[in-house]
Formats: sequence, structure tokens, C-alpha cells
Amino acid sequence: MARELWKGNIAIAEAAVRAGLEAYFGYPITPQTELLEYLSMRMPELGRVFVQAESELGAINMVYGAACTGVRVMTSSSSPGISLMMEGLSYIAGTEVPVVLVDVMRGGPGLGNIAPAQGDYNQIVHGGGHGDYRPIVLAPSSIQEAIDLTMLAFDLAEAYRAIAVVLLDGSLGQMMEPAEMPPMRPLKTTYPDWAVRGAMGRERRVLSSIYLDPPLEEEANLRILRRWVQIEANEVRYKGYYLDDARFVVVGFGTAGRVALSAVRAARAEGIRVGLLRPITVSPFPTKVIRELADQAEGFLVVEMNTGQMLEDVLRAVEGRAPVEFFARVGGVMPLPDEVLDEIKRMATTPLTVDGHPRDRWLQRMLAHA
Amino acid sequence: MTLADLETLVYARPASLTEMPTHYCPGCTHGVAHRLIAEVIDEMNLRERTIGVASVGCSVFAYNYFDFDWVQAPHGRAPAMATGVKRVLPDRVVITYQGDGDMASIGMGEVVHAAARGENITVFFINNANYGMTGGQMAPTTLPGQKTTTSPRGRDVETQGYPVRAAELLATLEGASYVVRRSLHDPKNIRLAKKAIRLALETQVRGLGFSMVELLSICPTNWGMTPVQSLKWLEEHMIPYFPLGDYKVHPAVAEIKV
Repeated sequence: MARELWKGNIAIAEAAVRAGLEAYFGYPITPQTELLEYLSMRMPELGRVFVQAESELGAINMVYGAACTGVRVMTSSSSPGISLMMEGLSYIAGTEVPVVLVDVMRGGPGLGNIAPAQGDYNQIVHGGGHGDYRPIVLAPSSIQEAIDLTMLAFDLAEAYRAIAVVLLDGSLGQMMEPAEMPPMRPLKTTYPDWAVRGAMGRERRVLSSIYLDPPLEEEANLRILRRWVQIEANEVRYKGYYLDDARFVVVGFGTAGRVALSAVRAARAEGIRVGLLRPITVSPFPTKVIRELADQAEGFLVVEMNTGQMLEDVLRAVEGRAPVEFFARVGGVMPLPDEVLDEIKRMATTPLTVDGHPRDRWLQRMLAHA
Repeated sequence: MTLADLETLVYARPASLTEMPTHYCPGCTHGVAHRLIAEVIDEMNLRERTIGVASVGCSVFAYNYFDFDWVQAPHGRAPAMATGVKRVLPDRVVITYQGDGDMASIGMGEVVHAAARGENITVFFINNANYGMTGGQMAPTTLPGQKTTTSPRGRDVETQGYPVRAAELLATLEGASYVVRRSLHDPKNIRLAKKAIRLALETQVRGLGFSMVELLSICPTNWGMTPVQSLKWLEEHMIPYFPLGDYKVHPAVAEIKV
């Protein structure tokens, strides 16, 4: 199939359709609204389900109900709307039904703004909803990758009865790039043995997240955790660039990773041996490869569009065995390749330390510039 | 001829109810409501294609007592969850079973919009004028002056507002085709309630849109009365504020003969 020009939000919507999406429920919010608009046309023309819900609360619970029938379902939103969905996501996790969620992040907290940001990392990766669960989180940095990871999200959610999140920022949702759309996959014709579809000729089934007896809840928690251990063993994905001889390793996901790649290439052109590690799954996090890189690298630079949320996961992986520095633009301001390049040059020319916290040093530099 | 041949079975557990004894308090009308719904589902032969959506409240374990498929919704979200199930499986019968705190307080948005969309589901709304499961707090349906654990001096409408008449409210919506209020306080009204449950499910089976049956119910434990006193209190205090009647009957529903 030929490469065509696709806008991020619409590319994700069409990729979901081709992955076999049978029911979509959503609510308008910038910068993800095109996804909803596109599916309002596309789903009915294929005879599939589209409902514009009364709120994100409504949307996520419609998704919850549809997921219980065993079909492929999805919703999408942006940061404030995702906050409203946290209740439903916790119930979905507790009921162990597969769901795909797309979060096109914007500036926050609160109403914030509609510019690109990565401030939902902690909310998505480290929970957000109540109770003990971990979602699979995929972070594309291009439209092609957004398409491929959306397809993958449905497979992973189904394989592990888990929530799979496609986590991107508003710039990826809004921009257009040439990309190749995969062929349409057939819809499912068989359903899992837990699906609630009416007790025709079989014992009744109940799907619930309630285990009033604590030992049963403990069993459920451990069942979910065992599945997570499998996910950690099998599904870690990342992309490395120029890492073989790298003295310095930049770590960034999504758009921050893409900006950092431009900076890494510019630094290479100036003779600085620097590479990039771009986590594709930010959950499960590529801890092992970062730990291995910590033994060979002189230092790490974490680049994000938040005040250092993934930074904590990198620090946990590095375990103090190499210096870590941090650079970010926040609140909807995009980092520029030149800014990241300056950080790389600074690291290459000044002594680095493992003492103190990289976020504190970054804040002091930011305040000094202000 | 044996004695068994002379016996006529006049009363049995409906096939749509499981054998499990309920956890409801003595005298509670949830049991009556469960039985009526189960009887109607049996009579309409819907057991194998009904999917229930349980709510949060005393009826959180409704799925233990009905012998068909169930899912369990977050507090107030049953109509949204039912929407998800019904849209994927339009030929199944999808019901929600919700109390007054669940449907008329935290879940008001979900039920109003399900009705506005004309979602082809049936809501059974149990109104007992308080939050039963958490121990008798003020509900959106608590009557003016009624004492609860959070209105210890009686509901003061100046500071705590007025009770919500859910059937009247939902009846204003175009998408709602059958919205009625019945009561479970005596045999005559129980028979009328069963007929309403039948019409509500007929509305859904015929694809005529949203249906809701509000059932005035008692909560002897939290009201601090005997079951008999509670039934009398319902009749004397609840019915004047929540009049029984048909609030919305679409002409196509009115033609249904059962």
C-alpha cells in the first residue's frame, strides 16, 4: 500500500478501524477531536458502533460495557478528559477486560492549554485510577509509529486482558506526515470464554471488579500482577540510535525523543559521541537496557515535556552508576533541537556529578535564564 | 391416583432467579422487585438473551440472584455501561437495576442522556428515599423533614434542597418511550408493578426506545420501623410526594396488549 499524507489523530482512528475496532465512544476535547469526528463518519459507514457520549465519564463506561462483550473497543481524549476517565479505567483494570485508550496530551494541570505536553506520564504510566494495576503504554514519535502502535495496542490489550494506552502529545495528533496504512483486518467472529453476551445454552457469566472477600481480592491482584510480569518479560520495546560508541545517552519518549534525535545528529556532526534511547513502551519501561547502558556511558540526559516524570524511572534504572542530567520545556512549550544540543555540549565540556537531583539543577538553570 | 397427581403447583421460584438466598434485610422490597423482574423475563422467554447491569448500593449483588449474564457498573454509570453492551449487541435485552442514590444522584447525567438518546434499554429504579447500603444517609429522594443519618434534624429544604422526582424528569425527554412510577407496598400495587415491568421490557424488545420503571420501596432497617410500619409510611408519605402513574407512554407502547 502506498504512503499517503495522514494527520495524526485521523491516522490513529483509521488504524484502529483496520485493527478491527467494533465500537468507539468519545467526547470532544482539543487536541484529539479530529479522531472523534473522523470515526463519527467512518464507523457508521462500516456498520460499526459510534456514540458521542455525554461526558468522558459516560464514554469510558460505555467502553467498559462494550469491552465486556469481548469485541475490540476504544476511546480517546486529552489530559483533562483522561482525568475524568480514571474511575472507569480502574474498574476496567479490575474486571480484566481489554480496552484501548488514546491520550493526546496537552498542557496542564487544570484546564491548562491546548499545546503539546507530556504531563500525563505519571497519571498514565504509574496508575491514576485507584487500586493496583499497570497499563501497557505505547509512545509513538511519528505518524507511522502512531499507526503501527495503535494496531499493536489492540493485540496487546487482548492478549493480556489489559488496558493499552497510546500516549502522544498534541503536536503528533495535529501534524501531517506521509505514512503507510496497513490493510483492513477482518472483525472477530469468535469471542473469549469470559465475554458476557447472553447465557444462550450455557451457564451465566458475571463480569465485575468486586471481590468483597479480601483473600479473593488478593488472588485477583496477584493474577493481574502475574500477567504484568509476563508483559515486562515479553513486551518491552525501545529504539536506540547511535548507541554503540556513545559516551552520552539521551533518553526521551514521543515528541521529546524526536526533538532529541535532531539534537543528537547535530552533536554527532560536531564530533560528540552521543546516542539516543527512545522508549516505545514507557510501560513496561526499558529498565534493563538503560541499566546496561549505565555501565558504558559517561552520562545520561533525560529530555521531556514535563518537569521530570519519566526522569524518575531513568534514575531508578541507572541506580546512581552514571551521572544523569535533565532538560525540559513545560506547560505546552516545545523543546527545540538547539536547546537540547546546548545541553549535550554542556555535558561534554563540564564535569558531571551523581550528587543531588537532576531536576533541581535543571530548575536552577531555567531560573538563571529567566 | 396419588396425592402428587392431585396437587397443583401454584408457586415456584422463577427460572431467572438463582437458588442463592439474598442478603437483603428482612422486609426489604428488593426481593419483591427481583421476583417480579424474574417472572416477567421467564414469561417473555428472555432469560438466555438478557444482560443485566448491576449498580452500586444494596443491589450491588443483584447479579448473584438472577440466573442470566451480568456486568457490574461503577456507582451511577450503569446506563452508560448498558449503552456499551446494547450498542454492540442490539438483539439482547439489557436492563439496569439502580437505587435512588445511584441513579438520581451520582448517576443523574448518565441516565438523563441514555434517555435523551432513546437508548433501547430498560432501567429499574428502586426509590426507598435513602442510601441503604451505607447506612441510611440522605438521598436525592429523601422527603422534606425526613430524618436520615446526614439530615439528623430532618431534611431542611432551605439548605439541603428538594427531593428529585425522577420519573417526571425523564418523561420530558423525547427519547424516553415508557416512564412510569409504581409502588411495592401492597398486593394490588405489586400486580400493577409487574404489569409495568412487562410493558417496559416489551418496549425494549420491540425497539421502541428508553424505558424506566420507578418502584417506590421500603427500607425498614434504616428507616427504623417494622416492615409493616414502613409499608404504611410509604403509602402515607412517599406516594403524596411521588404520585403513582404513567408519565410517558409513547403511542406505540400504548398499543401493546399483554
